[in-house]
Amino acid sequence: MSATTTSPESNQVSAPSPVELNPDDFRRSLLGSTLQSVLAVLAALLLGGLLIAATDETVRESAGYFFARPGDTLTAMWDAASSAYVAMFHGAVYNPDGSGLTGKLYPLTETLTVATPLILAGLGVALAFRTGLFNIGAQGQILIGATLAGYVGFAWQLPVGLHLLVVIVAGALGGAIWGGVVGLIKARTGAHEVILTIMLNYIAINLVSWLLTLSTFQREGSSNPISPPIAETAMFPKLLGDSFRLHWGFVVAVVATVAVAWLLNRSTIGFELRAVGANPRAARTAGISVTKGFVVVMLIAGMLAGLAGTAQIAGTEHSLTVGIAASFGFDAITVALLGRSKPWGTFFAGILYGAFRAGGVTMQTATGTNIDIVLVVQSLIVLFVALPPLLKLKSRRKEVAA
Amino acid sequence: MSTTTPAPESSNAPQEELSTAAANRTVGVRTFRPAIGLAILALVALILFALNAADGSVEFRLSDSGDAIQLPNLSVPVTAYGWVVTVALAALAVFAAVRARSLPRWALILAGFFFVTGFLVWIVGTAQTPSISVTALLAGSVALATPLIFGSLGGLLCERSGVVNIAIEAQLLFGAFSAAVAATVANNVWVGLLAAVIGSMLVSLVLAIFSIKYRVNQVIVGVVLNVLVSGLTGFIFATVLQPNAADFNSPARLPHITIPVLSEIPVIGPVFFDQSIIGYIMYVTVAIVWYALYRTRWGLRTRAVGEHPKAADTLGVSVNALRVRNVLMGGAVAGLGGAFYTLVSVSAFTRDMTSGAGYIALAALIFGRWNPVGALLASLLFGFASNLESILSFLGTSVPSQFLAMLPYIVTILAVAGLVGASRGPAASGEPYVKE
Repeated sequence: MSATTTSPESNQVSAPSPVELNPDDFRRSLLGSTLQSVLAVLAALLLGGLLIAATDETVRESAGYFFARPGDTLTAMWDAASSAYVAMFHGAVYNPDGSGLTGKLYPLTETLTVATPLILAGLGVALAFRTGLFNIGAQGQILIGATLAGYVGFAWQLPVGLHLLVVIVAGALGGAIWGGVVGLIKARTGAHEVILTIMLNYIAINLVSWLLTLSTFQREGSSNPISPPIAETAMFPKLLGDSFRLHWGFVVAVVATVAVAWLLNRSTIGFELRAVGANPRAARTAGISVTKGFVVVMLIAGMLAGLAGTAQIAGTEHSLTVGIAASFGFDAITVALLGRSKPWGTFFAGILYGAFRAGGVTMQTATGTNIDIVLVVQSLIVLFVALPPLLKLKSRRKEVAA
Repeated sequence: MSTTTPAPESSNAPQEELSTAAANRTVGVRTFRPAIGLAILALVALILFALNAADGSVEFRLSDSGDAIQLPNLSVPVTAYGWVVTVALAALAVFAAVRARSLPRWALILAGFFFVTGFLVWIVGTAQTPSISVTALLAGSVALATPLIFGSLGGLLCERSGVVNIAIEAQLLFGAFSAAVAATVANNVWVGLLAAVIGSMLVSLVLAIFSIKYRVNQVIVGVVLNVLVSGLTGFIFATVLQPNAADFNSPARLPHITIPVLSEIPVIGPVFFDQSIIGYIMYVTVAIVWYALYRTRWGLRTRAVGEHPKAADTLGVSVNALRVRNVLMGGAVAGLGGAFYTLVSVSAFTRDMTSGAGYIALAALIFGRWNPVGALLASLLFGFASNLESILSFLGTSVPSQFLAMLPYIVTILAVAGLVGASRGPAASGEPYVKE
């Protein structure tokens, strides 16, 4: 993944030379990469299951007499891990105990709801990756986007339709400012974007928590750090009726995925951005402005993260708090990595992580398994997905030997 | 990876337009960036410290009532000192503009001193009770800076040999976790300290295997490791540590060592000669890392591998083996910082207790220009800022605490943007090395 998307030097090493690349090989490698992703997910789930089993109370008790009756321990281990994962599945995809079709399908819509900000912010991170930039700053961009969208949502009174549109634009603008600053400073001074984005994350969270101490941002007669709820006209309408939380923000995420896919693969800007990411020196020689590319991509990346913030405030939360971004900005990085920085890859990775998150909540209440296991599984997936350079290198070495 | 080091062409673009740049390259590039940076600082000083200063003066208590040696309190008139700082910074800006290249170290230290003290006087002036104990201020800063210093030194060992270490956070957190568990289970704090080192080295090992052996992008591995360790320790904390705190999560504390006589010196004594053993190890570590990096064969090789691995390889240095060793050593150092959390400051592990200190340590490393002493000073500055924030919220100041909390991050951005002098990392940092 890193080899194909973000790191030109290692790309030259691990990718087969262009001469070898015929359509057959390409199809095989695509299949291989999908297979690798599936294997990575399975391996991560397996390790996560072992961790759940190892920390389970019943397992530890039966392990006390492991050599007398090893079967007990193994059964307990299987029970602990499988019940946790079954609960997770029930919370993320299909709940057989739910009342009616609504109750049975509710988990699936919940997964899509949680996936919405993950997809949007993940697209921003992925786009920056493709240009060779590490956008660790989605968290701050979501926060600022949500803040601006939220302010427009609760402070302005506008007609139906127009209000939501203005809120969306405000959210995108907020994120674009916060991301664009990074691109601008990097382009002007050469400062490393990893540091800039990390620092801007902290500045954003402090800025928002300061804003929430102002009376403009607080509810009337209250000094709690929570904004008034946004107006009805500023909210995303529900997509499938009021019994589900799923809102039109998900449609925005789908549209954004299509747009980013078009931008990257079909537009001139996208070509230039990819050129900058693949080889900045060659891009410069070809007359592409690398610095302009940095600014443009960070503006768009920030915009996408800002839309994720909009989805949060106009879709699910409706009031601004410091925790509005949850950890979506950081999860977005792993989403983009799992999606190999490709728009549709990011889309499906976002849905997978949305499922983990939605299911994790159910799992924690149903079986008492701590939700942090989701973080472990998610990060293990990315680590395993990142291993292909090893496989490719081995096959290459064999070729050389032969 | 191409993006780690800013392309020199783009970073020096404004100077190259001066057309004399090529001729001057041998004696240093003409740059007005330090002058601009200092001018901005002088402007901030003028607007805040001089024109918006509180009336009256600020009292700095140099000794507390229990001290053996009593010093008189230092009283500083707020407005007058604000003007002093403004004039001094403006003079330095003019000096930098005339010189038109990177500032010498003494000028930087002078500028830093004036700005920090000017800020301190101004901000304490806004408090309801404008009186502050210098000893408490400095001692607290050192305590808060300790994990940052270890973290940034650990990162430095990696980065100087060309491996970007975003995983400092993971190393600190896992160090803290291992220390708490091992010290409780073995009922021995020294075992805990050792476990912190080993635990943090395990994180390093994963970083080394993935980024050096398999050449996975170093920033990606670092980011993922942070999530992994946060999830892993959080999960084990919730399922095992919390329900059985007495068995797994109640480590004893490391001994506090007070050096006789020296600790009686006013201000300096309590700050430097009255702390936990980790505090003393910290100063020794800074000295060792500095000496080793600039005065030994290992240090020369490390720097060579970080700047130009191919050249080092040609001369017979095993690039990747050296990198693996350095990454592991970096982990060991960062682990000591992790132990500080559970064996010195709080005697229990809690979920995500490092709360982003690893990222601050990374910032300190860059702010300190990849130099051990610079990293020490930058970490101290960050520790000072967060300690000042908590003291001021206690004293009651009109400046929102969030802005104080933001300050280190803004300063870091200014620093990496090169406004206070060029900030350039090891040239090969982030690039995996492949022997041809």
